[in-house]
Amino acid sequence: MPLLTVTDLRTWFHTRNGVYRAVDGISFAVERGETLGIVGESGSGKSVTCYSIMGLIPQPPGRIESGTAVFDGVDLLHCTPAQSRAIRGKRVAMIFQDPMTSLNPYLRISEQLIEPLRIHENISKRDALTRALAMLEEVGINDAARRIHLYPHEFSGGMRQRVMIAMALITKPELLIADEPTTALDVTVQAQILELIKKMQRELGMAVIFITHDLGVVSGLCDRVQVMYAGRIVETADTRTLFYSPKHPYTRALQRSIPSMQAKGTELFTIPGMPPDLSKPIPGCAFAPRCEFAVERCQRETPQLAAVTPTHTQACLRVQAGEL
Amino acid sequence: MAADPILELTDVRTHFPIYSGFVRKRLVGTVKAVDGVTLAVERGEVLGLVGESGCGKSTLARTIMQLVPLTGGTVVLNGKNLAANSATEMRETRRGMQMVFQDPYASLNPRMTVFATLAEPLLVHRVCAAAEVPARVARLMKTVGLAPRFVQKYPHEFSGGQRQRIAIARALALEPKIIIADEPVSALDVSIQAQILNLLAQLCRSMGLSLIFIAHDLSVVKHISDRVAVMYLGKIVELGTAEDVIDRPRHPYTRALVSAIPTPNPDVERARQRLVLPGDPPSPIDPPAGCAFHPRCPYAQEKCKLAVPPLIADGPTREVACVRLGEI
Repeated sequence: MPLLTVTDLRTWFHTRNGVYRAVDGISFAVERGETLGIVGESGSGKSVTCYSIMGLIPQPPGRIESGTAVFDGVDLLHCTPAQSRAIRGKRVAMIFQDPMTSLNPYLRISEQLIEPLRIHENISKRDALTRALAMLEEVGINDAARRIHLYPHEFSGGMRQRVMIAMALITKPELLIADEPTTALDVTVQAQILELIKKMQRELGMAVIFITHDLGVVSGLCDRVQVMYAGRIVETADTRTLFYSPKHPYTRALQRSIPSMQAKGTELFTIPGMPPDLSKPIPGCAFAPRCEFAVERCQRETPQLAAVTPTHTQACLRVQAGEL
Repeated sequence: MAADPILELTDVRTHFPIYSGFVRKRLVGTVKAVDGVTLAVERGEVLGLVGESGCGKSTLARTIMQLVPLTGGTVVLNGKNLAANSATEMRETRRGMQMVFQDPYASLNPRMTVFATLAEPLLVHRVCAAAEVPARVARLMKTVGLAPRFVQKYPHEFSGGQRQRIAIARALALEPKIIIADEPVSALDVSIQAQILNLLAQLCRSMGLSLIFIAHDLSVVKHISDRVAVMYLGKIVELGTAEDVIDRPRHPYTRALVSAIPTPNPDVERARQRLVLPGDPPSPIDPPAGCAFHPRCPYAQEKCKLAVPPLIADGPTREVACVRLGEI
């Protein structure tokens, strides 16, 4: 049985300017110990998906219209606050994109690190501090015994992200959700953080949901990748299949527009147009207006995910009909 | 060096003093943001400038634009030393160089329509008669791929990619010789990024523009640049053709930078041995003695701590600043 099963999740935002269908009916599962990558452009709903699972959607304006997210038998979207508290931050942890704003600037690192332990485990402050110190060393912070008493502003961006990872992993979660944890960092620091996440995953055997817009990051880290567009999943496959034989026109176009995949000096392939306005209902396939293969049918019928092979599903009507 | 340079930098230094104390301020140190950069950009050339945050690439751009005062060295644009310019001459000189900034959400005035934004440089510099301005603005918008009917819209009505197009049109309004683009695609999504890169490359070709393209994404830089300069802590450590620098890097720092880029290819990615640099870049207030990279460098020896390595020619098209170049 999968560790986390999300079924038909819909998260809409009700604003004065209309209803934004940020996530519109997605289903997926994460197995124990697996790394799932969620890829998509900004506004594709990848972060909202994870915020919904973690119960971090501001309500209002957000509303979870339908769906379940079953984590080890408990539906995180419909459980009691006490049940949810016992899971969030303990068995499911999250790290955020911007380590500059996700640490509390008023609290010493030590206090922030032991907070999850003090809440979730019946442990004395001294024992918690020992664990926190060990954890900081584990994530590669030198001179941890001194640095644990510093404030976040005394750390660099990469070090803050290490602290965030230490904080998320201190309770030994079974699932880690990482929302673009390296986007704000330099490439050399990004390489350090990715290595760290891989190492911690090996040690703890946890599952990871890794959200990113960088296909390069996904290729080295993830077992499976899921591509999102306009609040829906358009393709899911194991990493190799997705990179070597993508089926959905959006995945293919996304791959073709990466500069390093193309000969230098040639005109880069671009996807014409822009992502759709999610405040209006989209009849048919959301990608159809930008798709080079779109036919009249694509504007009418809403495509559903269908299996290409047992581990590869995609949502393009024309691929499903065998036309592409 | 360059046969027909449009821009020549010689030993450019930009230092910022740090003061301490509330009433009686004392100088406690200097941030050497740019520290001795010598560089030439030819006509029609695209020069990529890469490095981690804090290495001084944006400060260098701002120094060239005279947005921050020069501490030492010279900037010569089109045969003219900018430091020797009077205020009126400077105004004339600025027409020849323009800048595109990273964040198109912040670099456009939210209270100005596209028309006002694009007409302002034309009017300030009296490029053309007032009656001609609307036609010029429409032409500019077409050049960057925006429909002229959007001319009365405000920045918030556009997407990130379109805003960056407006910023590029604004830079083009004065028909500059050189454009400095400071991370123009970092804030954009992959599919939009490709559109802007194509636009910049096409503009350089068709208008004979020179471009200094600053970015931290090496694959983007390699794609667009003729030559690439790699900066570390205020200095250039490697300079050469884009293929040389990125496909066959020589300086240990460039090697680490190249090896840190994740490639969108699972087999390559899994098989590769990554050169992960320990630690963070050092503080430019108190840079390490000798080669600034030596505390993080896997090849560092005692002699690296002694003197700052100069840029040495390595083949006809490349310069590298590493004393152990022949040994590693």
